[in-house]
Amino acid sequence: MKTKKTSKRIYLDYAATTPVDKAVITCMLPYFNKNYGNSSSIHSMGVEANKALEKSRNIMSKYLKCSPNEIYFTSSATESNNWALKGIAFANKAKGKRIIVSSIEHDCVLNSAKWLESQGFEIKYISVNKDGVVNINELKKLMNKDTILVSVMHSNNEIGTIEPIEEIGRLCKERGILLHTDASQSFGKMNLDVEKLNVDLLTASSHKIYGPKGAALLYVRNGVNIEPLIHGGGHERGKRSSTVNVPAIVGFAKALDICIKEMKTEDKRLIKLRNKVIKTILKKIPQSYLNGHPVKRLSNNINLRFDFIEGEALMMELDDKGIEVSTASACSSPKLESSHVLLACGIEKKEAQGTIRISLGRFTKDKDIEYLLEILPKAVKKLRVISPMNLKNC
Amino acid sequence: MYTDKVLKYFHKPRNLGKIKNADGIGKVGNLACGDMMYLYIKVENIKGKEVITNVKFQTFGCVAAIATSSAITEMVKGKTIEEALKVTNDEIIESLDGLPPIKIHCSVLATEALAEAIYDYLKKSNKPTPKDLEKKHESIVRHNEELEERYEEWMENQKE
Repeated sequence: MKTKKTSKRIYLDYAATTPVDKAVITCMLPYFNKNYGNSSSIHSMGVEANKALEKSRNIMSKYLKCSPNEIYFTSSATESNNWALKGIAFANKAKGKRIIVSSIEHDCVLNSAKWLESQGFEIKYISVNKDGVVNINELKKLMNKDTILVSVMHSNNEIGTIEPIEEIGRLCKERGILLHTDASQSFGKMNLDVEKLNVDLLTASSHKIYGPKGAALLYVRNGVNIEPLIHGGGHERGKRSSTVNVPAIVGFAKALDICIKEMKTEDKRLIKLRNKVIKTILKKIPQSYLNGHPVKRLSNNINLRFDFIEGEALMMELDDKGIEVSTASACSSPKLESSHVLLACGIEKKEAQGTIRISLGRFTKDKDIEYLLEILPKAVKKLRVISPMNLKNC
Repeated sequence: MYTDKVLKYFHKPRNLGKIKNADGIGKVGNLACGDMMYLYIKVENIKGKEVITNVKFQTFGCVAAIATSSAITEMVKGKTIEEALKVTNDEIIESLDGLPPIKIHCSVLATEALAEAIYDYLKKSNKPTPKDLEKKHESIVRHNEELEERYEEWMENQKE
């Protein structure tokens, strides 16, 4: 695709991925061609690489308040989530066959669950309310003696709703059921304490926090039985073989380090910008709605729905004006299906069409938001003029 | 994913809007599927031939839905209704320098909107409808009903 004529590009799709922070790149560089040793080698170069790896592991464990040997590095959140579900299922199949997941999980959790179903496991789905919060009472009813694992995401990638993981963790603990949480969107944005959350497994990813793509982690509580997904030379204490991607992991750790340092001020700054966008748009644009929870939501997530128009068209209209957002509309999905998250929140297919996600981040400036607030109402208006649905011409 | 031509039609759609006192209106698509097209035509008798002298559209849908509906209006303006009915979705795609495979149904929808507008015109003016057009109309109506049914079925399943 050729580059757009508009020179000004405003990236508001940080929930999809983030640019790698310059400090992170600097930190990674030596591990490409200076300290390039294999972290498994016992010569000096290997030892150097291993040191960097273990230092990175320590940064992760300090943040999650766990032991370093409970952190396993992987290649992506998709891999971590696949591993959590499949690894726990196969290691614990003698205990039971039931796995409970929320209906708004990322596809990598849902499709892993679906595959496990084909392997003889029983999958149950917990519904969510209109704000996307999981139904705890339903979860209680679904948890039986045969249940080995519950997987509920810490926060939702589309609508930004933060789930009551602590409470779910307590329920699981009381019943001796393992809990996995996909914290890909929350990691680095807020304090995550695995003890407080009562989670046994947690997924996080580097490229969502200004680190490079190709690095992620799975926290696995000591004592939890998990089968490896990738067999080989016994890396990561025999749990995840594959030559360790040291530069990416070093970058991941540096990225987290920066996030921790900036967390408090960044959280405040983004919430202010987020709330400004939501308040202004809902006021300025008739028949516009906020998807997801109004308060229990990620500091950087704005998910809006507009009547009479379609999300992909709105996204492309904004793209033409230099603003990059995303949409989960049916028209833009590879299978032409509406977002399972919006449908799970009880939004009808025909209403779900006009939805866009705006996600803010470290390099979002006040003036970017001013520009968005100037352009978005115009873009919605333009498409509403094209639409036959717009009877009142609002 | 979209060609420059598609984006051009999307950003600056030609023949956008409604025709008051249109001679024929074609309404196709379905909200649940995310595409809905309204096509309006004005037909005049010029030297014994029925010519589409004006055509406008309104579309709810994605970039491809908007671009294909605008493109078809341009292609049929000034054509006789017989000529207009011969416009295929492949010709629309060609005029836009291509469409992503998953969006081809949008171009089909555009031809259906036109067929429905012409059908509506012929019915309203008590003129005989060609057999092919009658068949096409029936299949469009049937297809839409199926979609509605499937949608309602799906809604029922969701409630369970």
